[in-house]
Amino acid sequence: MTLQTMTYIAVGLSFALYIGIAIWSRAGSTRDFYVAGKGVHPVANGMATAADWMSAASFISMAGLIAFLGYGGSVYLMGWTGGYVLLALLLAPYLRKFGKFTVPEFIGERYYSKAATIVAVICLIFISFTYVAGQMRGVGIVFSRFLEVDLVTGLLIGMGIVFFYAVLGGMKGITYTQVAQYCVLIFAYTVPAVFISLQMTGNPIPQLAFGSELTGEGVALLVKLDQVVQELGFNAYTLGNKSTIDIFAITLALMVGTAGLPHVIVRFFTVPKVRDARRSAFWALGFIALLYTVAPAVGSMARLNLIDTVQPGTIGAPEANLIYEERPQWFKTWEKTGLLSFEDKNGDGRIQYYNDANPEFTATAESYGWQGNELNVDRDIMVLANPEIANLPNWVIALVAAGGIAAALSTAAGLLLVISASVSHDLCKGMIAPNLSDRSELMIGRIAAGVAVCIAGYLGANPPGFVSQVVAFAFGLAAASLFPVILMGIFSKRINREGAIAGMVTGLVFTAGYIIYFKGVFIDPIGINTAEHWLFGISPEGIGAVGMALNFIVATVVSRITSAPPEAVQALVEDIRVPRGAGVATAH
Amino acid sequence: MEESQRKAYWQANIRLVLVLLAVWFVVSYGFGILFKEALDAIDLFGFKLGFWWAQQGSIYVFLLLIAVYAWQMNRLDRQFDVHED
Repeated sequence: MTLQTMTYIAVGLSFALYIGIAIWSRAGSTRDFYVAGKGVHPVANGMATAADWMSAASFISMAGLIAFLGYGGSVYLMGWTGGYVLLALLLAPYLRKFGKFTVPEFIGERYYSKAATIVAVICLIFISFTYVAGQMRGVGIVFSRFLEVDLVTGLLIGMGIVFFYAVLGGMKGITYTQVAQYCVLIFAYTVPAVFISLQMTGNPIPQLAFGSELTGEGVALLVKLDQVVQELGFNAYTLGNKSTIDIFAITLALMVGTAGLPHVIVRFFTVPKVRDARRSAFWALGFIALLYTVAPAVGSMARLNLIDTVQPGTIGAPEANLIYEERPQWFKTWEKTGLLSFEDKNGDGRIQYYNDANPEFTATAESYGWQGNELNVDRDIMVLANPEIANLPNWVIALVAAGGIAAALSTAAGLLLVISASVSHDLCKGMIAPNLSDRSELMIGRIAAGVAVCIAGYLGANPPGFVSQVVAFAFGLAAASLFPVILMGIFSKRINREGAIAGMVTGLVFTAGYIIYFKGVFIDPIGINTAEHWLFGISPEGIGAVGMALNFIVATVVSRITSAPPEAVQALVEDIRVPRGAGVATAH
Repeated sequence: MEESQRKAYWQANIRLVLVLLAVWFVVSYGFGILFKEALDAIDLFGFKLGFWWAQQGSIYVFLLLIAVYAWQMNRLDRQFDVHED
């Protein structure tokens, strides 16, 4: 069977499964639609949270990023898992006890202010759309490479599926679909990793294999990789090239940002009890860790495999590089997508891959007769191409395609729901028409989800040039705006409306300003985006950590000099600190 | 629930969270970032130790921390009689 037929079967079967689950678990009420009737088992909720969280970025991009960043890629590994510790210990149980549907709802009630709700809704919608656009790009990449349909057709199919189960099933449909999607994506991620680990080191466990000795070479994988990349002019793999303070700040911003992302927080509203919220956080991180501990193994093996492919002989010897005409089949197929390209700069018909941006390596490269790096690899293709580079059977490659789509769709659906809940519940019901009936609110929620799907699809087809920049935005804003006010709302009774709004606005303006100044999201960048121009040497990716600190300081100071929150709000804070009495769960 | 009981429960909760967050900080920011270079001198089954903490070890400890938290909090809830059902 050809690869394409097999991919059609794998993807088609997975789609049929998702649709089947959506029909089985339709939403009947707003409660079902927003929080799945608060009746989801902690293990199922943990699995759904994991699928929700692990987006196209985690599945498709992360290992590729690590492959090229080496130790520098650790910021994503620690940042995107460590945030769950904050979430589990500081937010999830209390927000579950609070027992409402959305994050802005908590902020609005705790800070007795419609202005606070509006600021929170704006942050939420901006963060969520940024994210959705990235997912749609992921869907596009997978469709254009494996199904060989054009991007727009691929997007329309993806949008149709998401529309169907998000709009019909709401949170209930999404949760159970995500459980299935988790199974598909984790299987698709680990199977090739196990194969490749076995092939390269003889050890089937990827987490151990990337420290093991390479088969028949008597040298450890990471040691060999360090040595080879340095011989090609790159920094040592286990060293990376970011400053310590920047790594520190980025890790912190990603951790806090993770804990402040509305689509992650809302998952903990869906379990029956406070106790289950704690348990659910454990399961969620467990299921996430399964992929996140495999990713660095995949990254290092992919890098070594790629180098071994284009540089089969001793580095520097004239005939040691791969002849372009003899390139393998996967190379040709990826060339067609434009995500992999070769330019024969020195006209020898062979592929040279090295770091031509390293001035210390220039002389060495020239002595080899190399006139610049000739291979450009988009980081996003590493995970998808890895099984092909390692010559794994076709069914594994088809599985990876289905897994990539599962990762993108599950996250997109979760985000769309958060957007639609915010529009129908916080804006329409909360602000415009408080007397809205349950039925009409559900209808508005469905329409909002439909509109959001269309906008997301449009963004996927016409990706704004700044998709990669705005990812820093999403995490930075979540870290600098939402996380601190939620945290202080639970752990301090003294923080009041004035303090929270001042804090959120300060964090938001500072972080957004800094990122726009250096990265120019809607305008041309004003500053030069290099380490010597950064504040304390912190890059725009990590500035959310500083924004968060400012938020805390401003909120505390402003609250001190204005009057304490009303009695009722202080009583609310007392109440959410104690588990007993959390809303009764509905069975289904 | 009495005021003093409520206070004692909350303080026990805060104490637990602070201890766990201290461990959270040490394994990621300490071992994985600040002391990474010093730890890299030590070899752990083919990994440099600092690198291993940053890409593997910290994640395992995070998971353990949440498990300990869930377990200890459930115990506290029962001890102070604030558990559900």
